[in-house]
Amino acid sequence: MAQVAERHGTYAADFEVFRTTPAFGPEWLRDARTAAFARFLERGFPTSKDEEWKFTNVSPIASTEFRRVTGGPRVTAAMLEPFLYGKTFRLQAVVVNGRLSSELSSLSDLPEGVTISSLADAMTAQPPLEGPSLKTDHPFVLLNTAFCEGGVFVHVEPKAVVTEPIHVVFVSAPGAAPALVAPRLFVVAGEQSQCSIVETYAGVGESAVLTTAVTEVLLGPGAMVDHVKVQRETATAFHLASTFVHLYRASTFTSQAITFGGRIARNDITATMAGEGAECTLNGLYVADGDTLVDTHTTIDHAMPHCPSHEIYKGILAGRSKAVFNGKIIVRPDAQKTDAKQTNKALLLSGDAGINTKPQLEIFADDVKCTHGAAIGQLDDDQLFYLRARGIGQHDARNILIHAFASDVLNGIAHEAVRARLEEVLVEKLHLPS
Amino acid sequence: MLLEIKDLRVKAEDKDILKGVSLSVNSGEVHAIMGPNGSGKSTLARILSGHPGYEATGGTVTYDGKDLLEMEPEERACEGVFMAFQYPVEIPGVNNSYFLKSALNALRKHKGLQELDAVEFLQVIREKSQLLEMDQSMLHRAVNEGFSGGEKKRNEIFQMAVLEPRLAVLDETDSGLDIDALRVVANGVNSLRSPDRAIIVVTHYQRLLDYIVPDFVHVLSDGRIVRSGGKELALELEDKGYGWIDAAAGARA
Repeated sequence: MAQVAERHGTYAADFEVFRTTPAFGPEWLRDARTAAFARFLERGFPTSKDEEWKFTNVSPIASTEFRRVTGGPRVTAAMLEPFLYGKTFRLQAVVVNGRLSSELSSLSDLPEGVTISSLADAMTAQPPLEGPSLKTDHPFVLLNTAFCEGGVFVHVEPKAVVTEPIHVVFVSAPGAAPALVAPRLFVVAGEQSQCSIVETYAGVGESAVLTTAVTEVLLGPGAMVDHVKVQRETATAFHLASTFVHLYRASTFTSQAITFGGRIARNDITATMAGEGAECTLNGLYVADGDTLVDTHTTIDHAMPHCPSHEIYKGILAGRSKAVFNGKIIVRPDAQKTDAKQTNKALLLSGDAGINTKPQLEIFADDVKCTHGAAIGQLDDDQLFYLRARGIGQHDARNILIHAFASDVLNGIAHEAVRARLEEVLVEKLHLPS
Repeated sequence: MLLEIKDLRVKAEDKDILKGVSLSVNSGEVHAIMGPNGSGKSTLARILSGHPGYEATGGTVTYDGKDLLEMEPEERACEGVFMAFQYPVEIPGVNNSYFLKSALNALRKHKGLQELDAVEFLQVIREKSQLLEMDQSMLHRAVNEGFSGGEKKRNEIFQMAVLEPRLAVLDETDSGLDIDALRVVANGVNSLRSPDRAIIVVTHYQRLLDYIVPDFVHVLSDGRIVRSGGKELALELEDKGYGWIDAAAGARA
């Protein structure tokens, strides 16, 4: 216990230093940070006794001294190159260690109706933004709220249709010491607006990094947001991300989250159907190898009637990797005519890989459709043989079947170049012949 | 001699299925293997294709001078062995034409030929799909996914047409086909008959042999070939059924 308190001591010391900087923000934000940090110190890191963290042991995080990065190494455009998608995205916001880099970003000639700015500026200029992220007790969100120095704020005006996709790149670049990085993305899509956002989490450097990412998306009535999240940090990275999506009446949110892992990669995704007729698609693909762990916790909260939700999660696990999938669907008493579908499938490429998967349905309305399915398996021998019997070598045959498994999530990505790049990364990651 | 099987013994799931089969097949010939259920017909087809569920415990199979049993399934395919599956497997997420292009290019690579690009491949596909009266949409669907039984079999012969094997083994390709589909499939097979190609047709029923007329008919019973003859042997079986074979085999045993 004493040791744990000590670790928290370094966070406390860094928090006191942070408190004296301008980035700590205006009064409402100072209050929010102070409250979040106090709550974090009080509850500490989760343990396996926390139901939500039963299979995800974060003691490697608790026992490492992650420090707030003040300088960090210089990140150049060339270092980012492998994480970008050629010239696919003209609008690109690059955030290094939680701070928007004007040097690396290209945000000139913004289309009409959209503002992309540093979240720090937005938090200073705007009245308090009371998103759901400020109400949670999630330990890593609390840490993010305490230490976030300004990520990216995207505001789409009502009725603005932004056809050009917006790419936000979060780079974790620790120096010599393990680094605490607290990036944040806040998207407000006004009534009947339309936009497309791609988030990429990149990692450079050797040291361990704790990325406590928070993404918040508020969709006004009738708004449509297409979202892609790509997580590609280093093997020593801890990626603890929370995504909050709030959908008002008849809005549509579609998301494909692709996670290539780190030492621990955890995604908590909460979508709240807060208005009638909202529609939400949460799809994801996670790929893990070695000794890594990928944990996905999704919650789709149907608070209002006539909302369909769709969820397909696929995992590819090699080596001794482990995965956790927990898919919660809440249907509140008012949420009649809910139509919720959830599928989780895992492909185990080795005998030492494993997954804990759990659907969790909490249904309090009576006129609803909720289906869920989970399947865990190896590559199908009959399919492998069929391909080989046509002359396709064993490695290529495996490659084809793994791609096929991933395809219904990857094909949901509208940006061709992103899809193509991710297919390459998949091949590299699993050491498949291309 | 393209294929020479000598005293082949095969085990599957710890059971002896083939108990000494010998068969010689020359290029240009069509051989029919007939026999009742459980006689070992499909086992013979599968051992030739390299199916991992079957183990040869004795005898030899020489294909084009090489030991076929030593070859991986993909090597056999690359060397020109093709099996039309009795139950073609569905592969969701793999586009039929992508699959076929991968297969054709694997074969071409093996032969030292240049791989076909998308345009060249499309030309091959267009020509061959007419042969099987294939609906083009089948090419863009996932391999066999949601195909009817007839479509699956048609797809098998279509693959055969594209891959142009030297030895084709058709494993009960007629089962599950209505008469129209049977005619189309048989026409496809007939159009692929060639002096450079041998075809082994495994079937339970004589009906298919009305359309694909064999040069030789072999009757398999309890893991052995109990009779061989010309195409008229198939008609005899049609008349008498398999009962007399079993009786003969029983009397001999």
